[in-house]
Amino acid sequence: MAIRTAISASEIIEKVSLLCMDANFNVNQDIIAALRDSYETEVSPVAKEVFAELLENAKIAHECQMPICQDTGVAVVFVEIGEGVEITGGRLCDAINEGVRKGYREGYLRKSIVRDPLDRVNTGDNTPALIHTEFVPENHLKITVMAKGGGCENMSRIAMLTPADGREGVINFVVETVRIAKANPCPPIIVGVGIGGTFDYAALLAKKALLRPLGIKHHESDTVKLEAEMLDRINNLGIGAQGLGGWVTAMAVHIERYPCHIASLPVAVNIECHAHRVKTVILGSH
Amino acid sequence: MSTILPIKTPLMESDVTNLRIGDKVAISGIIYTARDAAHKRLVDLILRNAELPFDIRNQIIYYVGPSPARPGRPIGSCGPTTSQRMDVYTPQLLARGLRATIGKGNRSETVIEAMKRYKAVYFAATGGAAALLARAVKNAEVIAYEELGAEAIMRLEVESFPVVVVNDVYGNDLYREGITKYRRE
Repeated sequence: MAIRTAISASEIIEKVSLLCMDANFNVNQDIIAALRDSYETEVSPVAKEVFAELLENAKIAHECQMPICQDTGVAVVFVEIGEGVEITGGRLCDAINEGVRKGYREGYLRKSIVRDPLDRVNTGDNTPALIHTEFVPENHLKITVMAKGGGCENMSRIAMLTPADGREGVINFVVETVRIAKANPCPPIIVGVGIGGTFDYAALLAKKALLRPLGIKHHESDTVKLEAEMLDRINNLGIGAQGLGGWVTAMAVHIERYPCHIASLPVAVNIECHAHRVKTVILGSH
Repeated sequence: MSTILPIKTPLMESDVTNLRIGDKVAISGIIYTARDAAHKRLVDLILRNAELPFDIRNQIIYYVGPSPARPGRPIGSCGPTTSQRMDVYTPQLLARGLRATIGKGNRSETVIEAMKRYKAVYFAATGGAAALLARAVKNAEVIAYEELGAEAIMRLEVESFPVVVVNDVYGNDLYREGITKYRRE
């Protein structure tokens, strides 16, 4: 008989609210390490100072429980649902939205969502969250909250390349995206790249690529090579921290690939600022 | 390069003609916040020849939508938002006497030209250093469009608010210069 794991909606609400606050107040260690490395690598004195400021900012944010960035983002929530998991006392998406509402209210986080892209009236509670769900064999509920800033999201791009464009075409598109973005997305950035799938799936892959902690290598050696090649070309652009000129424009390029149609080569580039806010919790694991 | 020039608002023409790109400046006095929605309203008022909610002559507008203040604090985190989105509105405000803007990221050629013409400058604050920048804000008060929430116009009293001159009144651009210097292609 299959093992069932019951997880209550109230636990989900509580945990999501804490993730929203934790993500916005406490910079992850991988980012701190990358900022320190960048400080060492950077040759421009002006850009070097930016890295020092960002490290100081992380310290203040943590100590004062203040958001790292005033743009506390749209809550993008990735959920892995174990096939044996049962949600009790409410519905999953309602619980996630209630958690976002609570976290943004109690954490004094900014409410940045409008109810309609054209009438632009603020919903006042930062909902709805953008929820991506996936069924997994593990008997758990894994919730990842990404507080995604609008400025860097705006600099993201997607292209439907042709198979003939190949590897070089993909690299060129990614580098061009960063070149066009210039100082706007708050460099040093992290570049999420989705290659393959379909129009929509490539964009999701690009966002998911950002979830991999900095410093963790991709499991495919060719992707590792491709990431290094793109990072090199991006950092040769000279944009630098805050666009003030320098050698570190991006701290990492993360790629995810997926099978695609014989006619297609979709490429999506999701730009992430240095204020990369991602936190995860696993519920119901044994 | 490493010396910091203190300046006080309001800014006169002579205050900004002294500034050059790359100069680090510490602003003290009053600055006003406005971002996308407030800009749309301000320019609508200008087009209708109506009065603005504050006198923008010789003032600084800061592109920011702060996070809510915790009890006992004047403001939440308050780093700059991307200036590019305001480019479409900026020349009309400069024509009305606005002396400087603070944001992050590149300005359009049209805005850079307008800054030359009307003797105005563009400062950048460090994007994403929002908790650090909040320390320079001593007082904050909503003066218009409260219903816009984070997008309301606020009057901020700042002390040594740290910025760098990105565009001066001579048409120079620090971003362009930086890339030229550090590009390796």
